[in-house]
Amino acid sequence: MGKTTVASEAQAEGTGLVFHPMDQFIVKPLFGDGPVHWYTPTNVTLWMFLAIVAITLLLVVGPRGRAVVPSRSQSVAELAYGFIYRMVEDVAGKDGLKFFPYIMTLFMFIVCSNFLGLLPMSFTTTSHIAVTGIMAAAVFLGVTVLGFVLHGFSFLKLFWISAAPLPLRPILAVIEIISYFVRPVSHSIRLAGNMMAGHAVIKVFAAFAAIAVISPLSILAITAIYALETLVSFIQAYVFAILTCVYLKDALHPHH
Amino acid sequence: MEEAIVTGLAYAGAGLACTGMGGAAVGVGHVVGNYLSGALRNPSAAAGQTATMFIGIAFAEALGIFSFLVALLLMFAV
Repeated sequence: MGKTTVASEAQAEGTGLVFHPMDQFIVKPLFGDGPVHWYTPTNVTLWMFLAIVAITLLLVVGPRGRAVVPSRSQSVAELAYGFIYRMVEDVAGKDGLKFFPYIMTLFMFIVCSNFLGLLPMSFTTTSHIAVTGIMAAAVFLGVTVLGFVLHGFSFLKLFWISAAPLPLRPILAVIEIISYFVRPVSHSIRLAGNMMAGHAVIKVFAAFAAIAVISPLSILAITAIYALETLVSFIQAYVFAILTCVYLKDALHPHH
Repeated sequence: MEEAIVTGLAYAGAGLACTGMGGAAVGVGHVVGNYLSGALRNPSAAAGQTATMFIGIAFAEALGIFSFLVALLLMFAV
């Protein structure tokens, strides 16, 4: 990854915004300007580390007192735990609770990365398909392996819908197989696309704020969009976790 | 000259890809509207269906995100 950004190219041509809304997603090394290798500490490394620190503070240090009447941080940790626990129980069923730690980990990591990405000048790790793609691929592979381990080849009955009339079943099987393999794609792109789009919109309105006539309007718009983005950050983490539960339910009970 | 035409057409395509957002808006609005009308008829059953609503929203919204992705690819990758 070179040092030239889209904005600096636009400036060299004498056109375009002073900063480009997409420049915030560039992966840069933390120290120096060298090329990025797999072992180079970059801003992605930094913000992922901060997300893990935030989770540790919330879930390990927060409820440390184990008080009967919880402190503020302990009650936030308990709320998060109970919220995800109930969701797994409702969507994936009682036997899905074995996988609750994994889903809780995914949810906390995504929600912390999303919220940290909302800080000004920060970097949103979940806006990169490389990050969300690995998480979605892990869920996809894990769920498929789990289905075959639990049910053997009768797991393939997931694609053969016995409730449908017989002539329709082969057509439905093709559709079901396609939709099964599109799952990791849509699962990862939904999160990355939402994060990227939302943050780019904030930056676009920030560029309008430089124009004196519309700057008050633009700053109001940034405030409103920021509030919306906070909501979207949470909802997308929730949606990622809930879809993981739905896929898990398919692997646990393929006969619907 | 030819390059300029290709770039211009790519930008036009990126703009056209944004019409997909309208479809996602209709889809999400339909899901939430139907949820709300059902929830107002039977509020006691509403809480159990919130998760289903979010799954529906996620599926409808993913397709809008795909159109955004096509626009991005046309702007930066092609």
